[in-house]
Amino acid sequence: MSSKQIQRRDFLRYAGLSGAAIILGVSNSSAKAQELEVVISLDVGSTPYNFTPYIIIEDTGKITIFNSKPEIGQGTYQSITALVAEELEVSPEQYIVQQTGGESKFGPAQFSGGSFSVRSSYFDMRKAGAAAREMLITAASQQWNVPITECYAEKAQVFHKPTGKKIAYGALVETASKLEVPKNPTLKDAKDFKILGKSIKRQDVPLKVTGKAVFGIDAEVPNMVYASVERCPVFGGSLKSFDKTATLNIAGVEQVIEVERIFGVYKSIGVAVVAKNYWAALQGRKALKISWDYQGKETFSSKDYTNSLHQLAQKEGVEDANVGKFDETYQNTSKKLEAFYETPFVSHSPMEAMNCTAHWKENNTLEIWVSTQVPSDIIRDLTGRYGLKEEQVTLHSQLSGGGFGRRLAIDFIIEAVNLSKSIQKPVKLIWTREDDTQFGPYRPPTFSAMKGAISEDGKLVAFQHKVISPTIMSFLDPNHDKTKLDQNMTEGISHQQYEIPNMKNTFVYSDIHVPIFWWRSVTSSTLAFSHECFIDELAHTAGKDPLAFRLEMLTKESDTKRLLLKLKEVSKWEKPLPKGKGRGIAQWEFFAGLGGHVVEVTKLSNKAVKIDKVYVVIDLGTVVNPDTVKAQMEGAVIMGITAAIKNGISFAEGKTEQSNFHDNPVLRINEVPQIEVHILAEGGKTIKGVGEPGLPPVAPALANAIFAATGIRVRKMPFDIDNLS
Amino acid sequence: MKTYTLSVNNKTIKVEAEPETPMLWVLRDYVGLKGTKFGCGMGLCGACTIHVDGQAIRSCQTPISTIKTNSKIITIEGVSEGLHAAKIDQVVQKAWIDEQVPQCGYCQSGQIMSAVALLKANPNPSDEDIDTYMAGNICRCGTYVRIRKAIHSAAKELKTEKGTTKRPSNTR
Repeated sequence: MSSKQIQRRDFLRYAGLSGAAIILGVSNSSAKAQELEVVISLDVGSTPYNFTPYIIIEDTGKITIFNSKPEIGQGTYQSITALVAEELEVSPEQYIVQQTGGESKFGPAQFSGGSFSVRSSYFDMRKAGAAAREMLITAASQQWNVPITECYAEKAQVFHKPTGKKIAYGALVETASKLEVPKNPTLKDAKDFKILGKSIKRQDVPLKVTGKAVFGIDAEVPNMVYASVERCPVFGGSLKSFDKTATLNIAGVEQVIEVERIFGVYKSIGVAVVAKNYWAALQGRKALKISWDYQGKETFSSKDYTNSLHQLAQKEGVEDANVGKFDETYQNTSKKLEAFYETPFVSHSPMEAMNCTAHWKENNTLEIWVSTQVPSDIIRDLTGRYGLKEEQVTLHSQLSGGGFGRRLAIDFIIEAVNLSKSIQKPVKLIWTREDDTQFGPYRPPTFSAMKGAISEDGKLVAFQHKVISPTIMSFLDPNHDKTKLDQNMTEGISHQQYEIPNMKNTFVYSDIHVPIFWWRSVTSSTLAFSHECFIDELAHTAGKDPLAFRLEMLTKESDTKRLLLKLKEVSKWEKPLPKGKGRGIAQWEFFAGLGGHVVEVTKLSNKAVKIDKVYVVIDLGTVVNPDTVKAQMEGAVIMGITAAIKNGISFAEGKTEQSNFHDNPVLRINEVPQIEVHILAEGGKTIKGVGEPGLPPVAPALANAIFAATGIRVRKMPFDIDNLS
Repeated sequence: MKTYTLSVNNKTIKVEAEPETPMLWVLRDYVGLKGTKFGCGMGLCGACTIHVDGQAIRSCQTPISTIKTNSKIITIEGVSEGLHAAKIDQVVQKAWIDEQVPQCGYCQSGQIMSAVALLKANPNPSDEDIDTYMAGNICRCGTYVRIRKAIHSAAKELKTEKGTTKRPSNTR
């Protein structure tokens, strides 16, 4: 098959094209990846393969805009396509959104993670839209034989100003396709935006309130069977033997078979029960008699692991940053403080538990239906793992019932593919909530040994943040060097804007065999807790207001300073709260962006507080959809409170102690405080992330508020706000 | 295997299933109504909420054998058809869109089924009423603030509807 045929087939499959169309996007072959190279074509088959089609305008008038950033609730369905739509002059209801499926023609960055989506797409997507608009306007002016300057585009039509006549985009496709593609199309001025910067309603919302949205778990394939897998309850254990007799006697059960789950270097064999329906698979699973070899891992417990991290804290660690003379200054200052902070393992617990429908076909082609954050990774991994060519793998990237980092992993996808390959049938593998809770991967715990010294005049002169933790990379990279610094695990601790003359931050590596992984804002969500609570402790040691103490360390202009001043204003920080109430503040800057929170609590007793209100300020520079940002902040606050005050994950006898929402609870509606969101977005070239930065300051701001209200200093997450100690 | 006759969204459906099979899987995999979602399998999260004879129940905890022959089952798809009286379905769904409640959206079928049941029982719920009634529905994305708002605005709209509409137009 020639590559040309492949392209045509792929395009037809994706867009259902029937006739002429223009297809615009960014070329991947371009030396400069960011350079716009718009390609147009009447014959979709002749479109270069190595090309990212962002927009397809067909002569029927149908407009398709591709979204390469999977919709996981964060709003990319609207926000990414809006970037094109704004410049193209089409209204939200005038185009169809098509999620990409990891095909290399859509580029290597088809993923939702790191709060990257909007900030990495902002100019590229707009440029593609603007080029198309300019071509369509030019085409209209040629058809009408009038000057371009007399024409403008609006709502998928070009208008002629003097006469008021108009023509739809579809009718311009043929003429437009013969034009030179503008190399540097003019982007619209922000003041003329109709979509960007406005709280436009999301196109996925109507689907989600009517039950019509199709998630991974909703995939339906002819002759599909269902599967549930029993895995070794002890992490690191292996399968010895199993008796499937009772299972096979259950109505609906078809077969029982071993299946491998692979999460980076972590591999485990489970026993899959395959049945005509999912309920039968679950009943069959209960009837299995399995003998596991725990490999000595049955002695592992959270208690012992915590102790080991405390022991490791004695080590010096590898350097993350060393500014000035920390050791000397710390030694020679009389007013100093030390503190030790702990955080737990936590689960992602998206409402849609992991699941994947896979169909390994007789002709060695593979089709997958799944909710995922990483279409590109899936194609990359599976083609390599099974020796398939890209055209042998088809991925249907479905809407995701939550991600929070869990769906950056593809362990459950490999498991489903392995299973389908073994049984040669389409199979829907669904993890139960118990599976989701008990088998990880989890957010890694970080422990922090903090030191600080305060000068006679109340200034922070020496500061140390030593992180003791396992590393995610030890699972993802088989050659991970444990003796070296892993900056994923020290994220942000050396990059806050505070002007501290002497600072030495270090990292101590700890081994772990329980799978750990990225979790919404990952280590920033644990390190901000220790860092910003300790800053609060130092402020009190210095006898200063915690916000004033921070601002004193921010003499230079910075986004952090602006953010804190905004927080001061919106939270009315200087207005004393009634007796029995307290407020706390925290901020965090890291690669994904910058956020800050003020939390207000009421003291209910000497040991209990109620969370009244959370003020959020998020610094973005430029905002695409303020209401979506607001929603993300509300969600981040709620997820941040859950991680701060609910159980977390713990281990005993090598097993996870929690199993479902009763013992691994998340915040419910009756526990939610008031949330007030403020967005700093004065426009311009700076665009910061949204999804994650609203989370890290939540726990420290809450803990600092608890101290202000009760005098109790919380240094360990999770903490029980009904029974503080 | 037994054969059961069910009334789902005003349609009569025959299903062959094991008596213990929860309605969640009956609806999703036998009837093909996938709007009802699997969340926890223990009645803890509310993602699988449906109405049986007007009561909001957790379908993951309801074996098909416990459904009475004449029981009327309504799912999110039935709400989308406006099967409840007094336009309550449309009003609640519209409020959900107006307040832009969903993020990932996975739990929202269950949230809406609970909200419709709440408003039928209590047309004018306070924040506390909402918190009490809706506490059984988990949303991991954290859309709770908007759920509260949407229920209040739906309640307000329903009061207006009642004042202006002589008779419910969508009663069946």
